[in-house]
Amino acid sequence: MGDIFSWWGILSAVGVLTGIGITFGALLGMASVRFKGEENPLVEQIDALLPQTQCGQCGYPGCRPYAEAINQGDALNKCPPGGEATIHALADLLGREPVPLDGEAASEDSVAFIREAECIGCTKCIQACPVDAIIGAAKQMHTVIEDECTGCDLCVAPCPVDCIDMLPRSKPLNQWQPVVTIAPIIASDRQLTRSQHASL
Amino acid sequence: MNELFLILVSTALVNNFVLVQFLGLCPFMGVSNKLESALGMSLATTFVLTLASAASYVVYHGLLVPLDVTYLRTISFIVVIAAVVQFTEIMVRQLSPLLHQVLGIFLPLITTNCAVLGVALLSLNRELSFFHTTLYGLGAALGFSMILVLFAAMRERLANADIPTPFRGAAIAMVTASLMSLAFLGFSGLVQG
Repeated sequence: MGDIFSWWGILSAVGVLTGIGITFGALLGMASVRFKGEENPLVEQIDALLPQTQCGQCGYPGCRPYAEAINQGDALNKCPPGGEATIHALADLLGREPVPLDGEAASEDSVAFIREAECIGCTKCIQACPVDAIIGAAKQMHTVIEDECTGCDLCVAPCPVDCIDMLPRSKPLNQWQPVVTIAPIIASDRQLTRSQHASL
Repeated sequence: MNELFLILVSTALVNNFVLVQFLGLCPFMGVSNKLESALGMSLATTFVLTLASAASYVVYHGLLVPLDVTYLRTISFIVVIAAVVQFTEIMVRQLSPLLHQVLGIFLPLITTNCAVLGVALLSLNRELSFFHTTLYGLGAALGFSMILVLFAAMRERLANADIPTPFRGAAIAMVTASLMSLAFLGFSGLVQG
């Protein structure tokens, strides 16, 4: 190969690269056929963590489509019925950062409350509740099991007499805080104590 | 036996690819946020590095030298590395879809991890035998894995530490990395040559 330009040099270079490419391509093709797995089992795992209420509040027509969307990179915080627990479980599974719940539900952890004197016993809220947190029978007063209620507010709209309120959830017993009162000596003290309570 | 041990120690500690030769910094900063993903990444990189250094030795001495086209070594090594990475990706997706999801784009990006190409090229310069080349790759991979896992563990602690606001995030990570690098320069007296 004395001269600067040689056909043999070019041909061998092109041949070598083509050969390497074809060989490794074939090997990879064989490997991908050999090790072909089932279609994305991660979606199944995400779907198992969602509450299966199929309420559609995430903007998808059900829990399974939302699981697929999460797998594609959608946000974890669109599931009000699941609440914090679901977000944390999903963040754990996917190795992402947990984020607070999306939308107005994030502002406070609320729970449905039926003003029982006004309830006419129509059972419409019972049918709407995705987690069976409302008990009652036809023409009987209904009430909400606070521990079961996820605060999804799906029961508010169907109520014909508007007797359902969304109230802040009362703290569980293990987080109970004693109410510290400063003994009121004079009337202005009493005022101060009340405003301190409001700021707490 | 002594020589093999020397190769391992000198590539893993003394000439550590990340902290002393500054190769492969992209995954070093990118995947070190969580210890779990760092472990997965270091396993994948170990696999790729060892396999790629052996395969590129075979390609170089079996194909490029006999055909007198050694000037093609960089591009052919890249092809070899890309193929090994693709193979690793197929395996990871099969074995752990979750890890595949967590590593995300950093898994195919092992192709452009310059430590991988660096090992293949540097072991050529050193004119090592096949066995020693593989060992050299393994040593480099062990060094990389150790650094990545140590750094990820440190960053997990840093995430909860009380750091002044201007230093949070990438800034404190860079400072930590440079301090680690300083510490590893201290190994340079360990092995001569």
